[in-house]
Amino acid sequence: MTDVGDVVAAVYADGWSRIVATLIRLTGGDWDLAEECAQDAFARALRRWPVSGVPERPLAWLTTTARNRAIDVIRRASVEAGKLREAGMVEPSMEPVPAPAYDAEIPDERLELIFTCCHPALSVEAQVVLTLRSLAGMSTAEIAAAFLVSEKTMGQRLFRAKQKIKNAGIPFRVPPAHLLPERLPTVLHVLYLLFNAGYGDPSRERVTAEAIRLARLLVALMPDEPEARGLLALVLLHDARHAARADTDGELVALDEQDRSLWDGARIAEGEAELERALRRRRAGPFQLQAAIAACHATATTAAGTDWPQIAGLYTELLRLVPTPVVALNRAVAIGMADGPEAALPILGELAADGRLDGYHLLPATRAEMLRRAGRDGEAREAYAAALELAPTEAERRFLRRRIDGLG
Amino acid sequence: MKYLMLVCLDPSFTPGPNEVDDAPDVNEWVKEMDGRGIRLIGERTRPASDATTVRVRGGEVLLTDGPFAETKEQMVGFDVLDCADLDEAIDVASKHPMAWGGLIELRPFWEGDDA
Repeated sequence: MTDVGDVVAAVYADGWSRIVATLIRLTGGDWDLAEECAQDAFARALRRWPVSGVPERPLAWLTTTARNRAIDVIRRASVEAGKLREAGMVEPSMEPVPAPAYDAEIPDERLELIFTCCHPALSVEAQVVLTLRSLAGMSTAEIAAAFLVSEKTMGQRLFRAKQKIKNAGIPFRVPPAHLLPERLPTVLHVLYLLFNAGYGDPSRERVTAEAIRLARLLVALMPDEPEARGLLALVLLHDARHAARADTDGELVALDEQDRSLWDGARIAEGEAELERALRRRRAGPFQLQAAIAACHATATTAAGTDWPQIAGLYTELLRLVPTPVVALNRAVAIGMADGPEAALPILGELAADGRLDGYHLLPATRAEMLRRAGRDGEAREAYAAALELAPTEAERRFLRRRIDGLG
Repeated sequence: MKYLMLVCLDPSFTPGPNEVDDAPDVNEWVKEMDGRGIRLIGERTRPASDATTVRVRGGEVLLTDGPFAETKEQMVGFDVLDCADLDEAIDVASKHPMAWGGLIELRPFWEGDDA
């Protein structure tokens, strides 16, 4: 017999956000009540199902349980309020309802939830934590641990974010078509931030896994959006290299030195297939281009066999859409690999003169790599030393020291 | 929902030819938003140098010449909007010419239920 705890955990992974979204709609935007009732329904399931057996449609059971509790809480609150003033708060539609016969009858408003959590009137920080709480179903304590703040601080952050939604009148909806071009990138950006926040940090593995799961969900809900599929392809292709990114001592391993047999072939194939489907729509965007670059790396059987001219071309196109100095830096690397280090050094010089990357360790680190490849060891050593001063993590500092030692 | 729309100068921004040429006409904006029942009231205000700040401390009325806070962004007018939600208020604000050359702050009213 299956363990009831496993069944509940499985339903939680897919069902939490769906129940929360349904309850937010039902309560007219009371996010706290929605989460509380969803939590309560799962707690009841854990108590009752071992005795009564798992219901035929667990999601329907949980949704109805959460819904009935929300109605109960609202009704009691309105009776309380009614003692003080006349108020016919409870609408006839708020009667407790029996469980729907099919899961398809449960409204699916997760897309509304995604767009509301990622509304551009919220700070990026608020978007990120709301997404983890309401969509991924991580507890306040788990999110606090992932972001290295106290549970109390994280609780306040979540509270303020929900207050802003309520008080500022942020609508619970999928934006109309004319707003999608400006709203969808915010959603994609938040999911990619989540992926990167967790990537390579064992204590945040859950955040990475949730980012991938939410990217899949977004594609399922918006199958015609090539950029959503591009994001999914990108995170799959990055994640496929996960096991090779650090060695047994936890040291960072550069892409060209990674053991490619550790890459996850099935994930790479899945990422490529998603990218193909996205590109077929012929509406290229930043995420599809980044995924195409990641695919070039992931499908090269050796570092030397990497198709650098193709990658350089993709970066040139990406720079046109996203004219940031970081993209320009990556393009310089690709040009250096395709046409030789001497081709990249003038571009790196321009970037240094531009000043926008001042203080960014990867600029001197990239210059150092190119100088090393050009056989200009003395200058390379100086550039590595400059990068070492700026590198933000100990792992990156160790990596740079190894490069300096390798200069001989 | 009601929003106070604060219309401000942005001293950190010099409008380029695009903002100057493409910015909507304020009279058209007023006409449209009045017609849609969105703009309930609106006025231009005199600059901060004409402002007087009033405080009562210990029962005594204290006056200060000038605004309560020295901010670079000076309020030059306001409107009160009645909108379905923040998305509509953002749309209305983004059609105001001062959003193109200055900046606009949207403050939701404190709704009666919460008071």
